[in-house]
Amino acid sequence: MSKLTLVQAVNDGLRTKMQEDASVLVLGEDVGPKGGVFLATEGLTAEFGEERCFDTPLSEDGIIGVGIGMAMNGMRPVCEIQFQDFIFPAFDQIVSEAAKMRYRSGGQYSVPMVIRTPYGGGIRGGLYHSQSGEAYFAHTAGLKVVIPSNPHDAKGLLISAIEDPDPVLFMEPKALYRAFRQEVPEGKYSVPLGSAQTLREGDDAVVFCYGAMVPVCQEAAGRIAEQKGQEVRVVDLRTLLPLDEDAVLDAAKACGRVVVVHEAPRFCGYGAELSALIAEHAIEYMEAPIVRVTGFDTPFPNTLEHYYLPDARRVTDALERVLDF
Amino acid sequence: MTETLQIINPAGEKVGKAPRVKREVLLRMYRAMASVRHFDDRCMKLQRTGRIGFSIPNLGIEAVSVGAAATLDPECDWIAPSYRDFGMAFFHGISVEKMMDTQFGNGEDHNKGRQMPVHFTFLDPIRFLSISSPIGTHLPQAVGVAMAMQRKQEKGVCLVSFGDGGTSSLGFHSGLNFAGVYKAPVVFLCQNNQWAISCPLEKQTASESIAIKGEAYGIPGVRVDGNDVLAVYRAVRDAVKKAREGGGPTLIEAVTMRMGGHSTSDDPSRYVDQELMEEWKLKDPLKRFREYLFAEGLLDEAGVEALDQELSEQIQAAAKAAAAKPRPGLETIFSDVYETFPAHLQVQRDQCIQHFAGRDESVNEEGEFPL
Repeated sequence: MSKLTLVQAVNDGLRTKMQEDASVLVLGEDVGPKGGVFLATEGLTAEFGEERCFDTPLSEDGIIGVGIGMAMNGMRPVCEIQFQDFIFPAFDQIVSEAAKMRYRSGGQYSVPMVIRTPYGGGIRGGLYHSQSGEAYFAHTAGLKVVIPSNPHDAKGLLISAIEDPDPVLFMEPKALYRAFRQEVPEGKYSVPLGSAQTLREGDDAVVFCYGAMVPVCQEAAGRIAEQKGQEVRVVDLRTLLPLDEDAVLDAAKACGRVVVVHEAPRFCGYGAELSALIAEHAIEYMEAPIVRVTGFDTPFPNTLEHYYLPDARRVTDALERVLDF
Repeated sequence: MTETLQIINPAGEKVGKAPRVKREVLLRMYRAMASVRHFDDRCMKLQRTGRIGFSIPNLGIEAVSVGAAATLDPECDWIAPSYRDFGMAFFHGISVEKMMDTQFGNGEDHNKGRQMPVHFTFLDPIRFLSISSPIGTHLPQAVGVAMAMQRKQEKGVCLVSFGDGGTSSLGFHSGLNFAGVYKAPVVFLCQNNQWAISCPLEKQTASESIAIKGEAYGIPGVRVDGNDVLAVYRAVRDAVKKAREGGGPTLIEAVTMRMGGHSTSDDPSRYVDQELMEEWKLKDPLKRFREYLFAEGLLDEAGVEALDQELSEQIQAAAKAAAAKPRPGLETIFSDVYETFPAHLQVQRDQCIQHFAGRDESVNEEGEFPL
């Protein structure tokens, strides 16, 4: 065990799989000797050579397209898109190619590829270094979408993603890259995809969250316990596609009061899917409206980013609203 | 302007140095080109009579596909085809039966009826990558396939084929750029057939040629007469050899003319000058190759007639058989999205099957492809 930050845990996960499996490769902009702009790939070129961890031209479409070809021909590429905001030139390759290859070829070809990308606000990055685009991808059959919220899960989920036979979009909450350290086991372990985790028990209300919103929701749950003496369950979804529907519905039914939190805009956001799922399958258990706390339906601001991002106070307000309904 | 390589002129006369190709391979090439023509003809009839929804005519470009494919080793090489490359599949022995199964989207279709006709995918006897309708996406993928070969220290090469329209796509730029940087064992084959649906080449690019576009990526460009199967063969063979030996990629521009519509739903007489068509008819690649084989004493009229008869009957029988095969099962809507079934897809699959099992009214299946 050693205490690692989230970005160090990502690095450890990559190194662990690269040591174990020679077909695992890392490619992307500045991932080589520099080790990536966030140092997620630090030391990998030195340890594994330029054939295994290499810099690419500044071309997201090329990175993903080449990754798809490598994956179809026996490699396990881990492509880095430097900021999730830059992923859109590769949208076609991800959505129309990687996600559909197994299906459209009748199972003859498949794309075991991981796309790692830092997402989200809180780093003074303005509207092109702060977006949360998970909903675009969670809408795509054939993809898996994973978002860890802590170092332990980041390493375990990344190892599962690399071992997965299908393309996985692995979105890393860059606001949490160095926010805290956590005990992370050395060597290989995995956290399964498609499995949510309850981080705080409680049955007065439940808050569903993922990524950088998890600590925000934990803080809000603590405030409610302190101020109102009520216990809020905190469920970290960890994988958005495929969603752990049982975990969501079980928690919603047990608590009867639901808040859904994400920093992405609200309209057609991931919270809409969660709300609809609960409304469709557990409406009779609901004691209050399902409330969403999200970013606004605007582009991401710079100077005022902390007024855009949901914080513990906004989540606490929403929890009070459902608890007092 | 880059020089255009020609070995057989439109009259079928040898005007350049012919590559050394075994007699049996030359005849296989001719057979593949003739197969395309018969297959096209049958598919047009099937589409006109409403038996299949769509097809892509290959008329006029058969020499490009076949000349290129004939240089590959199916043991180690891959093809990333365009949608107008039936000849590549035929040359490598993919049967007309399999091709017809995809045209009909029946239960034995390798794509399980999930793609439109023409979007063939095969693993055997050669890797024939899944065809995508969005243009140019397969270029960087082909480079990735080739870069994996480098890492596995295999001797394979990936041949990627696309049209003149494809040279405007994002994938053309990223594909050539990556291939140049990493010296990937890939051969870029541009089937310059002058048209991207109705858009003529001069509106596609202001470049003096497509071959010259390679230069900016550090990739040599070669221009060949695309209606001359031996010229295509020689250029691609040299490029494949170079790539196999670690010499990196080549961009080949095969100049030809699409003599049919973009697809079965397209009417090129609305935008292609008839005089131009008449001019290109004289350069027909199949006739030209036939004249050459006659002159070399490798084929005669009787042989051609027998082959035409055989192919016509075989393709007609394959179409009849494909039409009679059952459709894919309802569960194939849901399988192969992932390797394993996530819970939500199991639920949707079961609901779908149950819904239609319990219905006695028929499903309205009307729908016609407009392009």
